[in-house]
Amino acid sequence: MSELRLVRLIEPDGSASGDDRYALPAPGELLEHYRALVRGRRFNEQASALVRQGRLAVYPSSHGQEACQVAAAAVLRDGDWLFPTYRDSVAAVERGVDPVEVMLLLSGDWHCGYDPMRHHVAPQATPLATQLPHAVGVAHAARLKGEDTVVLALCGDGATSEGDFHEALNFAAVFRAPVVFLVQNNKYAISVPLARQSVASSLAAKGEGYGMPSALVDGNDVAALTAVLGEAVRRAAGGDGPTLMEADTYRMDAHTNADDASRYRDDAEVTEWARRDPLVRLRAHLRAAGVLDDEEERAIAESAEQTAAYLRTGLSADSEPDPAELFAHVYAGPAPHLAAQAELLAAELTAEVHS
Amino acid sequence: MAAPVKSTVDTAMSSVQNLTIGKALNLGLRRAMEADSKVIVMGEDVGKLGGVFRITDGLQKDFGEHRVLDTPLAESGIIGTAVGLAVRGFRPVCEIQFEGFIFPGFDQISSQLAKLHYRTQGKVKVPVVIRVPYGGGIGAVEHHSESPESLFAHTPGLRVVSCSNPVDAYWMLQQAITCDDPVLFFEPKRLYHSGALKAAVDTTATPEPLFASRVLRQGGVDAAATLVTYGPSVKVCLDAATAAAEEGKSLEVIDLRTLSPLDLEPVFESVRRTGRLVAVSEASSESSLTSEIAARVQQECFYSLEAPVLRVTGFDTPYPPSKLEEHFLPDLDRVLHAVDRALAW
Ligand SMILES: Cc1ncc(C[n+]2csc(CCOP(=O)(O)OP(=O)(O)O)c2C)c(N)n1
Ligand SMILES: [Mg+2]
Repeated sequence: MSELRLVRLIEPDGSASGDDRYALPAPGELLEHYRALVRGRRFNEQASALVRQGRLAVYPSSHGQEACQVAAAAVLRDGDWLFPTYRDSVAAVERGVDPVEVMLLLSGDWHCGYDPMRHHVAPQATPLATQLPHAVGVAHAARLKGEDTVVLALCGDGATSEGDFHEALNFAAVFRAPVVFLVQNNKYAISVPLARQSVASSLAAKGEGYGMPSALVDGNDVAALTAVLGEAVRRAAGGDGPTLMEADTYRMDAHTNADDASRYRDDAEVTEWARRDPLVRLRAHLRAAGVLDDEEERAIAESAEQTAAYLRTGLSADSEPDPAELFAHVYAGPAPHLAAQAELLAAELTAEVHS
Repeated sequence: MAAPVKSTVDTAMSSVQNLTIGKALNLGLRRAMEADSKVIVMGEDVGKLGGVFRITDGLQKDFGEHRVLDTPLAESGIIGTAVGLAVRGFRPVCEIQFEGFIFPGFDQISSQLAKLHYRTQGKVKVPVVIRVPYGGGIGAVEHHSESPESLFAHTPGLRVVSCSNPVDAYWMLQQAITCDDPVLFFEPKRLYHSGALKAAVDTTATPEPLFASRVLRQGGVDAAATLVTYGPSVKVCLDAATAAAEEGKSLEVIDLRTLSPLDLEPVFESVRRTGRLVAVSEASSESSLTSEIAARVQQECFYSLEAPVLRVTGFDTPYPPSKLEEHFLPDLDRVLHAVDRALAW
């Protein structure tokens, strides 16, 4: 079994790596990505703060994984589809979904607060790996319809242990479906370290077993991610089938606010990964290249601040979904057999108002 | 296998401990592991972390990694592997992290675990316990608050139980582990750490049998109605009975404890006296345990019934987002309202 060689285009200190396979994206493009990274980081910080303030029940942060989030959204073209998990709120926002609508899942307003059909962003998946076969189906549908639509599906390292992950990869390969699987290997599934999920040389190496090209990429290097993902998207769009990508990254925060990471990992490990931060690295690169000055940085920070403010305002109202919604969407058509239950609830609510 | 490990927690000091349901389950697991070196705990995050609810807290430290296994993240793998372990004489206790994630393992449970004994004419025993935190009211996102117990109770070959208090949590789990059949063990997760439910668990007492329901509150000679329930709804029903008593209505409350097989004799006995039954569960009502109870009670108690069997359940919808769950879950008012309907029939 050949070991995959990690793709990295920008070193943690900001210098160019000089990869022989992929070219470094142009500075203008990288500056756009930097803007998105800052926005994503600010989004993560704001969402975590909203949890502490009781505005959100829970937030699985992608802090430290923003390069994956940004790249996943950036490489898709109009009409392409994204299949995110609970940790991929930033990717959904970067795809153009309203940030407040994205967070309605975590504020407890509705299971999916945005219109997946409008945005081509599937509902964020909580049951692990279940979204992956759906992604294959959507990709295969594109072929049946004669479109060049590409689907990008996200999952974590832990999710690669689920049966659905393997079935999805195999279906995708057999159907030559235009789908790109991006595994964000952030080293943990809650408390369980990668070594307990897989003893393969890499997660990307699993692609070989299904007969699809795969790549192992520095997940904190947005340049490498966009280069490799971009190529995979082009290949898929051109009819050359699926790709499996593993992004080597790290979950900087606990699994969620409800988790206590000190039970299973050392701070030293976290500190070590902080040195490979995706923002720090791109910033250093762009500063050295002379395309990012103080003024530009201020503008970028300000625009990220606007997103944060929008999120705060949008989630600060004490919204209460309409209880009638409970019964409204169970079936495509009317559901008369639910009428008695709906009436019971309506009567209770009326009685409450009058008491 | 290594010899049984002596627990580092010295509980011999006193045989009576004041425990939450969560701590009682933890102690019950510990006792079962001390008693039988073939008992193995396995699941996602059960080792170092002690489970996301800390039910397996400290067990890996005390019994070692070969007795408490953090598995790869795959429910079908967890249960399928447990079947193989059980075939060779081990007694795996699998933890499913939340009930909503049991479904990748449903095939292994319903097609394999439930049927192996039957297929082999009893030559192969599969004493696997699957612990399932279930039920709502914790403000969680989707797939973390459901009540799928009826699916398993509907499956021949499985035994299904649910505890509602620390004493049962402690004993029922140990009894489930010694049972030679597969047992689905449903745990009311929102009550795990409830201080209000803390109770004195006497570890030297003689436990109730596992597959028996229990009358938790007697209604006396003038009992007006019977409430039958299980798991997280037991507390709701006991509170409802207390509230009803203040209004001069005496209710009997029965905790089913065993969901498959059902032990309905105490329910029949009660209904023959009260003439009225309200069955309460967080699960949807269609084709559920409460349907089964209603059918059997009307069959056995037809001439004693003064009102139809009424049900207070979760609605026949998927579990709603957390901001709506209070409307979905059976609560005290809804139970009392049903009692009033039965009384006014
Ligand atoms: C089928 C299923 N089993 C268990 C869970 C509970 N759970 C939620 S997140 C998680 C860990 C996932 O780890 P990974 O796939 O690496 O993603 P990460 O959270 O690190 O982004 C677990 C076990 C789940 N959501 N779905
Ligand atoms: Mg992970």
